[in-house]
Amino acid sequence: MNKVPGTFKLGLLRGQMEIIQFTRQKEAVVFTIFFPVILLVIFGSVFKDTIAPGVTFSQYFVAGMIASGLVNTGFQNIAINIPLERDMGAIKRLRGTPLPITSYFIGKAISVLASMVVQVLILLIIGVAFFGLNLPSEPNKWLTFTWLLVLGSASSTALGVAFSSVPKNGRGASAIVSPVVIILQFFSGVFFVFTQLPGWMQQVAAIFPLKWLTQGMRSVFLPDTFAAQEVAKSWESGRTALILVVWLIVGLFLAVKTFRWENK
Amino acid sequence: MKVIEVKGLVKRYDDFTAVAGIDLAIEAGEIFALLGPNGAGKTTTVEILAGFRAPDSGTVSVLGFDPATKGDAGRAWRNRIGIVLQTASDAGSFKVREIVKHFSNFYANPRDVDQVIEAVGLTEKQNSLVLELSGGQRRRLDVALGIIGNPELLFLDEPTTGFDPEARRAFWSLIRDLKAGGTTILLTTHYLDEAEELADRVAVITAGKIIEVSTPALLGGRSTSKATVSWLGASGLESEESDNPTAVVTRLAAQFGGEIPELVITRPTLEDTYLKMIGGQHE
Repeated sequence: MNKVPGTFKLGLLRGQMEIIQFTRQKEAVVFTIFFPVILLVIFGSVFKDTIAPGVTFSQYFVAGMIASGLVNTGFQNIAINIPLERDMGAIKRLRGTPLPITSYFIGKAISVLASMVVQVLILLIIGVAFFGLNLPSEPNKWLTFTWLLVLGSASSTALGVAFSSVPKNGRGASAIVSPVVIILQFFSGVFFVFTQLPGWMQQVAAIFPLKWLTQGMRSVFLPDTFAAQEVAKSWESGRTALILVVWLIVGLFLAVKTFRWENK
Repeated sequence: MKVIEVKGLVKRYDDFTAVAGIDLAIEAGEIFALLGPNGAGKTTTVEILAGFRAPDSGTVSVLGFDPATKGDAGRAWRNRIGIVLQTASDAGSFKVREIVKHFSNFYANPRDVDQVIEAVGLTEKQNSLVLELSGGQRRRLDVALGIIGNPELLFLDEPTTGFDPEARRAFWSLIRDLKAGGTTILLTTHYLDEAEELADRVAVITAGKIIEVSTPALLGGRSTSKATVSWLGASGLESEESDNPTAVVTRLAAQFGGEIPELVITRPTLEDTYLKMIGGQHE
């Protein structure tokens, strides 16, 4: 008798199916992939000023859009889609098979990462072509970018799965999840320069991962001279990594503890 | 060997008692039907046996494990069972073959993907998106996903609801093939003819209790119940219930001196027996 296949291998197969499913839902593809681009076009066309010597608003905004793309694609999409999957009986069906729940989570994370890679490529191409975006030339900035993307996708996915237990059913999910994300985006300095926000907003934002993701992305796309204008007068890369890891662990713990296979 | 053994099973939802103390023993290789009206507790029972819900009291053993606390045996246990639950609407954006192939990866010894698709009659639809399937085709896909892992034990919860007669006949023949291959099958249905056609044994369940377990032919004392002989007598239509209808007919033949006018002999149909058993709760 053969053995039941491994958890990680099944996770990769789940990832493949999640990606197929995503690409066949045309509206979801357009919304997820092109929404950040549309926002870049709007904001980049409205705000043409520089916010610091040699730093255009577009440059600042791209960093914020990539960070909030992680939250939209991971946290928001997953927290809305899992209740819908529950409504349709998809999770109940999977639960009746030998598929480990961990493989299901890995599949979600893989599809988030894949979608992010495509999103980022399109955003950077449009940014460079039309909005004078400067790409970093130092390899260590791209290294930072890579770990931010991977760690950001993982923690955003885990928190999305955890938060998917909050909506009672698929119909109400979007109304509960979307406001959380939009408020977080305003508080975390995605649309405005973070240090110009009121102090209390900055302090609330500092609890959540999006603020750290945007700051991390700024450390990639903005010149190091801009670090002096951050709250701590530095990029705080170490602290960013630590906070994202803590949120990943919290997310995984809550995801496993609260995961339901059917709606209440 | 007992594949399923249940004693004193009880499940409550708030104030409502869905399962009110049932006992079951299902042997390897048999098709066992749980027959009862909607809301009788069939689905709750199946969902407990399939490890989706924990009972409030009673003992349950399925393939030697308690489905609620199988612990480390979980994946190995799931590898041996197949589940077809009531209607789902998932997987719409996958192609038929794609999703069957995907599910085959979950199991240690899956069946051949193409053979399973052929067995459920979806070969022509294998490259169609699931959302393009008709209700009956979708249900057959559910069955394909339930049997792809080559299960020893298969749960079928109201498998043919919404089928046209032809699709039901095709489905029944598929189930008989699975039985011939050695699969033990627990089927719930509210269709009498389905239970009669497929099941080796039937348990009639109503209001959370099993009121009889029998073969379809013997259900409700059907084989021994009185026959009704009716004929056109001098004062109109007459009838007589009897354990020995032949004797009645012989007597009448002598009385009429030959042909008996408008002679009819009836026995209760399974439906009559069943309706009497569940006390008119059938909708």
